[in-house]
Amino acid sequence: MNRITGTDGVATGAGSPGGGRPLERRGGKGFAAGDNIFLGVLVIIGALILVVAGAYLVVLYQRGELALSTFGLGFLVSSDWNPVRGEFGALPFLVGTLLTSLGALILAVPLALASALFVTEYAPRWLAGPVSYLVELLAAIPSVVYGMWGIFVLVPFVRQIHLALLTTPGIGELAFIRTPPSGLGLFTAILILTVMIIPFTASVARDVITLVPAEQREAAYALGATKWEVLRTAVLPYARAGIMGGVILSLGRALGETMAVTMVIGNRTDLPDGLFAPTATMASIIANEFAEAVGNLHVSSLMLIGLVLFLLSIVINLLARWLIGRLAPRSVA
Amino acid sequence: MIKKFRFLLIAALAALPLASAQDLTGAGASFPFPLYSTMFDAYNQETGIQVNYQSIGSGGGQRQLLEQTIDFGGSDAPMTDEALADAPASEALGGPNPILHIPAALAAVVPTYNLPGIDQPVRFSGEVLASIYLGEITEWDDERLVELNPDIELPSLPISATYRSDGSGTTSIFVDYLAKVSDRWAEEVSTGPQTSISWPTGFGARGNEGVSGLVSQIPGSLGYVSHEYAVANDLGVGTMLNASGNFVEPTLEAVALAADVDLPEDMRATFTNTDNPDGYPIAGFTWVLVYQDQEYGGRSKEQAQLTVDTIRWMITEGQRFNNDLNYAEVVGGAQEGGLRLLDSITYGGEELD
Repeated sequence: MNRITGTDGVATGAGSPGGGRPLERRGGKGFAAGDNIFLGVLVIIGALILVVAGAYLVVLYQRGELALSTFGLGFLVSSDWNPVRGEFGALPFLVGTLLTSLGALILAVPLALASALFVTEYAPRWLAGPVSYLVELLAAIPSVVYGMWGIFVLVPFVRQIHLALLTTPGIGELAFIRTPPSGLGLFTAILILTVMIIPFTASVARDVITLVPAEQREAAYALGATKWEVLRTAVLPYARAGIMGGVILSLGRALGETMAVTMVIGNRTDLPDGLFAPTATMASIIANEFAEAVGNLHVSSLMLIGLVLFLLSIVINLLARWLIGRLAPRSVA
Repeated sequence: MIKKFRFLLIAALAALPLASAQDLTGAGASFPFPLYSTMFDAYNQETGIQVNYQSIGSGGGQRQLLEQTIDFGGSDAPMTDEALADAPASEALGGPNPILHIPAALAAVVPTYNLPGIDQPVRFSGEVLASIYLGEITEWDDERLVELNPDIELPSLPISATYRSDGSGTTSIFVDYLAKVSDRWAEEVSTGPQTSISWPTGFGARGNEGVSGLVSQIPGSLGYVSHEYAVANDLGVGTMLNASGNFVEPTLEAVALAADVDLPEDMRATFTNTDNPDGYPIAGFTWVLVYQDQEYGGRSKEQAQLTVDTIRWMITEGQRFNNDLNYAEVVGGAQEGGLRLLDSITYGGEELD
C-alpha cells in the first residue's frame, strides 16, 4: 500500500518506496529541476485563469462605471429601459433571467433525475447506453439550432396551448394568462431552457448514482426494502451532493444562455405581465442591443448588466458550493 | 518538440507581414455588408488593394472610429451630436476633427404581413403604421385600414406587431419615418433615427430573418424588414402612401427618387417621408464615416490618400453593384454632396489629391 498521494502533486513516482513525506523522496537533481519547471508552469497556467476572471471584472466595472455613477443602485430596481431618452434600468432583465432559469430548473431537475434513475436502475443494458447517449447529445446541439427548433416547433405549440387556456372557462380569466397569444414569451423560454439543461443534471446524476457503493444498496435490501425504498433511503441521499452539483451546472448554463432564449422570449424590455408575456433576460438584451448601441450611457448600461450577470453567477456558484458541502455524506454509515 | 515550436514561431512571424498587406480596414454597419464585400472584391481585382470591412454593427463602427483604430466606419444612422463631440481633436485643424458622413447606398424598409388569402399588396399610410405600433389600431378590419384598402376584404384578425429586437439601421429608418408622420410617436416613442427604442407594443425578433420568420408563422402579424431582404425572400410587402398622396411600391427607382431632395451640406440627414411625388417614403442612407483630417493614429499620407480614393470609387464606379444586390444607387445631389465632402479631406492640414 505505498500509493503516493502527495498533495503537492509534484514528487509522485520520483522517490523510493518507504515512509516520509512525498517531497522528501525526490530522486536525482534532474528530476527535481524538471518537477520545478512543471510546478512553475502549472502555477502560471492556474494563475492565468484567475487573472482572466479578474480582468473580466475590472473591464466590466470600468465600462459600466458611467451607468453606475449615473443611476447608482437604482439601476437594479428601475424597470425603465429607454435608449431614446437615455433611461436605463435592469430590473426587467434581472427578473427575466431569474424567472427563466429557475422555471427551467424546476421543470428540468425531476426529468433529469428520472432519466438518470431509469438509466442506472431500471433500463436493460441494451437500452441504457443509447438513452444516456441521446440525453448527452442534447448538450451538444448548438443553441442557435435550439432557437430555430423553438421558433418553428415550440412557438406554434405554445401558442396552441395558450389559446386553449384562454378559451377555458375559469382559467382564461386569470390575469397572468391574459396576454396576446403569440407563442413567444417567458413560458416558451423556460421550456427551451428546460430541454437545454436536462443533460447537465442527468449525466452528473447518472455518474454519482453509479458510484453509490454496492454495500449501501445491499444493506438496504438486506433490511427488506423494496427497490423504491432502496432508491429513496440508500441511493439518493448518498448521491444528493453530487446531484446538486449537476443542478448547479444546469443553473449556470440557464443563467447565461443567450441565443436560444433571444429567439423565443419575445424581447420586450418590460417586466413580464404574465406567464406567456414577452420579456427579456440580461444575456438577451446584451446580445440584442450591444452591436448597435451608440450612446455612451447605453453601452455603459449594457456593460453594467454584464457585470451584474457575472456577479450573479459567482454568488450562485458560491451558494451552490456551500450547499454541496452541507449535503455531502459525512460518513458511510 | 522544441524544434517544432521554433518552426511554429518562425511561421507565425512570417505571417505578420502578410497581415499588413490588408491595406485598409473598415468596420461598422452589417446592413451594407453584402454590398461592401462585393464592392471591395471587385476593387481588389481592379487595383490590387485589399479592403477589410468587418460587419460589427453601426455602434461598433462609430466606437472604433472614435478610438481611431480603423480607416473608415460604416453606419446606418447618422452620428449624434453627442457622439461627434467625443471625436479626438486634430492638431492640424486646431480644433475638433469632424467626422464626415458619405452616403454609400440607399436602403428602404418595407412593411410585411401575414394575411391568409390576400394576394394583392395591402396599402398603408404612415399614420396607420404609427397607430398600429402605438397599439391604437389592433384589428385588421379597423376602419382606417379599410379606408385605405377599399378593394380588399380585410379579415377580422388581431394585428400582431413585430419589431427588430436587435439595434438596427432598419429600425432607425422605420422609426425616423414614424416620428415624422405621427406627432404622438414623436412625443412618446422616438424623435429621429434611433437604432434601439422602447416599443409601446408588440414582439421583438432578432434580425430580418427573425422578423420575417415570426410574420410567416403568425396569421395576422405585421412586421418591417429591409427591402433587399424582402425581395430575396419573396415576402408579401405593402404599398406606402407617400407625402404627396401617391401609393408607391418599394421599387429601386422609387427609393432612389426618395433621396432626390434638398439635402444639407454635411449629408447627415434623413429623407424619410420624402416630398418627391414618386419617392418611396421609408428610405434612408447608409453612410461611410471618415475623419476630415486623416492624420491620426500614426497613419501615413499614403494611407490617407488610399482611404479617400477607395471611398470615392465606392460612391462612383462602385455604385454599379447596388442594384443587383437590391440597394438603390446614390445619385444626383447626394452623390455630388459625398464627392464634395471627400474633396474637403486633408492630411495634417494639407490637401489630398
